[in-house]
Amino acid sequence: MKPSWIHALILGVFCLGFGVVLAYTNYFTKDEVKLRAVEDMQNSLSQVIPPGIHDNSPVKDAIVMTNDEGKEIKVYRATKDGKVTGVAYEIVGNGYGGEVHLMLGVDTEGKVLGVRATAHKETPGLGDKIDAAKTDWITKFTGLSLGNPIKDKWKVKKDGGQFDQFSGATITPRGVVGAIRKGLEFFAEHKAQMVEIH
Amino acid sequence: MATSYGRIIKDGLWDSNGVFAMLLGMCPTMAMTTSATNGLGMGLATAVVMAASNLLVAMFRGYITQEVRIPVYILIVAAMVTLVDLTMNAWMHELYKVLGLFIPLIVSNCLPLARLEAFAAKEPVIPSLLDGIFMGIGFTLSLTVIGACREIVGSGTLFADAHLLLGPAFSFMETRVFPQGTGVLLAILPPGGFLAAGLLLVCKRMIDVASGKEIQMAGAHSV
Repeated sequence: MKPSWIHALILGVFCLGFGVVLAYTNYFTKDEVKLRAVEDMQNSLSQVIPPGIHDNSPVKDAIVMTNDEGKEIKVYRATKDGKVTGVAYEIVGNGYGGEVHLMLGVDTEGKVLGVRATAHKETPGLGDKIDAAKTDWITKFTGLSLGNPIKDKWKVKKDGGQFDQFSGATITPRGVVGAIRKGLEFFAEHKAQMVEIH
Repeated sequence: MATSYGRIIKDGLWDSNGVFAMLLGMCPTMAMTTSATNGLGMGLATAVVMAASNLLVAMFRGYITQEVRIPVYILIVAAMVTLVDLTMNAWMHELYKVLGLFIPLIVSNCLPLARLEAFAAKEPVIPSLLDGIFMGIGFTLSLTVIGACREIVGSGTLFADAHLLLGPAFSFMETRVFPQGTGVLLAILPPGGFLAAGLLLVCKRMIDVASGKEIQMAGAHSV
């Protein structure tokens, strides 16, 4: 029978050893990981902000704002010749499987430049039709704004609006349509702050 | 106690197969087999972790005392998972985007832990490494087969998005078995996982019975 401090020592040595290994791995990978996160953000931004309208890198030109729920969000700005030509920010809708995260691009007139789902847990084959990779449903928002269609029509057809729901799935598109409308309202309320150059 | 290499390979792939004989690691098996590609990816990541942790435990088995062996095993598996997670995020980012969410799930998979306890703690380094590799391959094959069945029935495709996992050279694997929109959705929802795994388990048992093998819950007693 070994004294109990032996076991404690063995466990301690293993913890220390693997702790050092992980610390080193983290040290060697952290720059790469950061770079990849920026690339990912750039990719999703390039899908909602057309490349022709800016000469800057929107991922590097971000301001922090507080949304209606009191959460801080990053607003990425596209500028050309020193003027803001469009902004993109994350909006969140309530889907069937929890939150649906979307990236919304808006031009200075308040028109949708593009919108894409970035993260969601909707049912495969039903709610995941909001993915641009699955169907083109989400692309139909491009060019729309708060006045087009009128506020009462910013709903899925089942609720009397103009947007298609999917057969067997209404909750997901309802959440997405609502989130986009709210996102546009957010832009309308904070336009001055969003397009102003500091 | 020496175990022949042939025995290790046969155990890992069929006789003591992690999913279809020991019924271990059911959480990732159910969650990740909505398509053959997902199953394959999850299986490969698990196999890497199993090989590495089996190797480490076999190397240090003389120093790990009985009393603290379980925490040390968990520490080793968790460290290997974190290592794979960070490395994949940094240098295999496309793959990481597909599998990233599920890598941490490997820690909760009891198959690696079971093999450390039942095999690597008692055997030399080389057989332990082999056991980790072949148990991992057996797990990968099981997940891929379950994933393939669910995907064919549920979405009508086979190995969809394989190029994301294996690179563009493998896009030839992506096939459409049934026309779009004809899938039985149940198969890719959670109940489909249980149904597919259960039916395949029956198939394996029937093959075993037909080849005159005695039915037993291999390995389960040692955990």
